[in-house]
Amino acid sequence: MFGELIRQKSFGVSVAIFIMLLLAPSFLPRFYIYLMAVIFVTALLAMSLNLCVGHGMLFQFHHGVFYGVGAYTAGLLLVKTSLPWWIALIAGPLAAAFAGLLIGMFCIRLNRLYFGMLQISLGSLIWAIAFRWYDLTGGDDGIHGIPVPDFIASTTGSYFFVLIVTVICLLLMFLILKSPFGSTLQAIRDNPERCAAVGINVRHHQLITIVIATFFGGVAGILFVVVEGSIFPDLLFWTLSLEIFIMCLLGGWFTFAGPILGAAIIVSLRTFVGTYTEYWTLILGVILILLIFFLPEGIMGTNYRQLFRSRVKYNGEYQTE
Amino acid sequence: MLRIKNLHKAFDDFKAVDGAHLSVDKGQLVAVIGPNGAGKTTLFNLICGQLQPDKGQILLADEDIGKLPPHVICRKGIARSFQIANIFPRLSVFRNVQVSVLSQQKLSNKLFHPAAQLAVDETNHILDSVGLLDKKRDLAGSLSHGDKRILEIAIAMGNEPELLILDEPTAGMSPEETTTTMALIQRLAADQGLTILFCEHDMEVVFGVAQSIMVMQQGKTIVQDDPLTVRQNIEVQQAYLGDE
Repeated sequence: MFGELIRQKSFGVSVAIFIMLLLAPSFLPRFYIYLMAVIFVTALLAMSLNLCVGHGMLFQFHHGVFYGVGAYTAGLLLVKTSLPWWIALIAGPLAAAFAGLLIGMFCIRLNRLYFGMLQISLGSLIWAIAFRWYDLTGGDDGIHGIPVPDFIASTTGSYFFVLIVTVICLLLMFLILKSPFGSTLQAIRDNPERCAAVGINVRHHQLITIVIATFFGGVAGILFVVVEGSIFPDLLFWTLSLEIFIMCLLGGWFTFAGPILGAAIIVSLRTFVGTYTEYWTLILGVILILLIFFLPEGIMGTNYRQLFRSRVKYNGEYQTE
Repeated sequence: MLRIKNLHKAFDDFKAVDGAHLSVDKGQLVAVIGPNGAGKTTLFNLICGQLQPDKGQILLADEDIGKLPPHVICRKGIARSFQIANIFPRLSVFRNVQVSVLSQQKLSNKLFHPAAQLAVDETNHILDSVGLLDKKRDLAGSLSHGDKRILEIAIAMGNEPELLILDEPTAGMSPEETTTTMALIQRLAADQGLTILFCEHDMEVVFGVAQSIMVMQQGKTIVQDDPLTVRQNIEVQQAYLGDE
């Protein structure tokens, strides 16, 4: 099962990065440790979205909702019930996947843009519930100071927890994409009509993809609760969904790790440029315009292509695997 | 094996298929001919479930498959190729065929097992039998037009069909490629006991290969018979069939 992983060319680099990240808290200031935890959470969220967008060509425009559902479920269970903390953290992703199944069942009947539009509408309903139901969710104030167990309450503790959960999720996503399920999903992305003609139930396959993606979105949601200790309706607002969509495009939506890079760039930009000006989204807009003109397949997608082209010249033929 | 009775399909006011009849027996090579716009492709889309008929019956071994979706029809043993090369351009040639083999083996939903290790022998065998084995690592989108068409047939073969439906398998091919492809189709039919239903523009090809020919015009079946009888009939109906 893990053989596939070890054969990857980038395996060594990934392990080296992982070890450096494990050591990071011993030499980086606390603020940067916190910032990196936020990047991991956002990267996991963007990666889960990219299962739909990049690998399945499903325009999941309002993926942030499932992040919010995961966070709210975990947060509310931690605050309002006396259930053990780990039940709350497991319930978050499950609730997100269930919401994904419900919304997906309606959206999957539509194609491409219409899928996305219906997704925004149904997702906004869930946002409205979180925003309006004061008694349960605290309305637009949200809930702050959510109690998490001691070992993940400190900045370093939450950093390690987020790092390890994120890495496990990324491994799972990688294995899923290399499995027959993932292979078939990419075939559906390329040509759904042909897939139906070889006996694949396209809608069914896409729905399972949405459930998997929303589950991982929910995992990102509970990690947010661990890092920030709070929940608020902005987690489910459509602007966040748009932001993670941009991360996928920026990093390279047909690549595996592209969204991680996209998330790192945008979160850093928001943090550092955001301290100088509240109009940091202006810079984001400029980046987006440049992206569309010069790197339509994202940073990592473009680099791979160039490497690919030079290799073609060298071998005199296409090599893809 | 396949019986089509009085099939109708209209798009708004345009009657694409307007009374088609067809009978395909097991092991036969059956051709559908007719001028452009006669409704051949629509007929194939109706059989394979891409379209649903307005009226009439499509019987596969006495079961009406007219209202079933494409993936269910495929699992009943009908595989097809499309008129325009319909492949997975971003995947390698190997993975193009593997997708349908995995589907046939009901492994498409398998998670957490590397696809690279599954259905390898079966996929290689199919690629070998159509002569694409040496190009298996190429990106499907980079193949020549002729190879793309053959890859299409290979994808359909991955489903181990009993009935293979080919929509103009040699469209856009050079004369040599056409000869090779038709030889390949005949060989597949003979080796694997396949039943093949195809439509084709090139009359030389049709009369050289088919055991039974169905002639369509303006959505209607004019005649279905053995090539000799149809040829005589065609001469009578030169006006209908044009310059063929």
